[in-house]
Amino acid sequence: MSSAVLKRLQEVFGAAIVETHSQWGDDTAVVETARWLPIATFLRDDAACAFEMLSDLTAVDYPDREPRFEVVIHLLSLSKGHRIRIKTRVGDAEGDGAIVDTLCGVWLAANWAEREAFDMFGINFRAHPDLRRILMYPEFVGFPLRKDYPADRAQPLVPYRTAEEAGLTIDKVAPFGPLEGMSFARNDWTKPEL
Amino acid sequence: MNAPVKSVTLDGNQTGFATTRLEAVLGWARKYSLFKYPFVTACCGMEFMSLASPRFDHSRFGAEAPRFSPRQSDLLWVIGTISQRQAPVLKRIYEQMMEPKWVLGFGTCASSGGFYDNYTTVPGIDKIIPCDVYIPGCPPRPEAVLDGLMLLQDKIARGDRTPAIVKPRFDPVQGYQSDLVQLRTRRTDGSPEGGAK
Repeated sequence: MSSAVLKRLQEVFGAAIVETHSQWGDDTAVVETARWLPIATFLRDDAACAFEMLSDLTAVDYPDREPRFEVVIHLLSLSKGHRIRIKTRVGDAEGDGAIVDTLCGVWLAANWAEREAFDMFGINFRAHPDLRRILMYPEFVGFPLRKDYPADRAQPLVPYRTAEEAGLTIDKVAPFGPLEGMSFARNDWTKPEL
Repeated sequence: MNAPVKSVTLDGNQTGFATTRLEAVLGWARKYSLFKYPFVTACCGMEFMSLASPRFDHSRFGAEAPRFSPRQSDLLWVIGTISQRQAPVLKRIYEQMMEPKWVLGFGTCASSGGFYDNYTTVPGIDKIIPCDVYIPGCPPRPEAVLDGLMLLQDKIARGDRTPAIVKPRFDPVQGYQSDLVQLRTRRTDGSPEGGAK
């Protein structure tokens, strides 16, 4: 299928592509964390790749490995009809130092997905415009989808508070602020994030 | 509570009056005019829709009028899983309701957290607010919900405002055994096992 894309990636980025494999039509490339952003930009802009859509961005915790986390993106090219999966490995055994460049400037869809990966795994995205917890509440301690988080540990209930008390401006209140959400809304998406 | 009722039928141009207690009249009126606030968060909501639709039709019990403002409602249906993040909102909704108010826990998740034992789920709404009737089931059958609704109506008619506690089926103090438990008897003469006792 799109092994051509893997080949092209290896031609252009060479040693930055740590490993690749392709099985049953699914192509995966593990890349260096330092080249995460240029590779993503290349995959979107290159005429032969043309991955216009970020299907998903998430992370996986492998507690026995070092680096411990894999950040995974799934890309889809609407014009070419092919897909690819790109991974990078970050974080030491304690989960510290898990820092990746944000892809918000490449695909707007990365914004909430990166917030979820931050919320659940504690992965930091460098230069993310609004890196807050998205599913859990701000008082939550720890990162629940890490394998070392006890499966049955609940945390104390938090009191009710208004948006002002939580330190949120009104356009940051979930779910739909002006810049959070859907590209088909009447927003000017050419302007940089506030 | 249950004083013997003497009923007399009046006919022709006879006139008469009846006496009762104010609380009994109020309880009778309240139990047939429940204004519900459906706090639907999960899949039990589907079962709630079937409950509200004509086949099961909880409007027969005077409980069909929904009010999507807690200030106008007196029965809070908590339908579905309550997450830790949502808990303060549910508490605030309850606090905004007018007295007298009742709470009905619809389904296992609202009653006890269900099979969720993790970082995100509240293990039962009674950790946050008092609950009058728990309806078990995942989701409960509409008949079970109607049974729970009738239990609540009985409770309202009694004027009982204590939060519900889950009672064991066999209460050693009362010597009471619920007939919901079906005990099978084993025959000693070799005939097939007996049915429910």
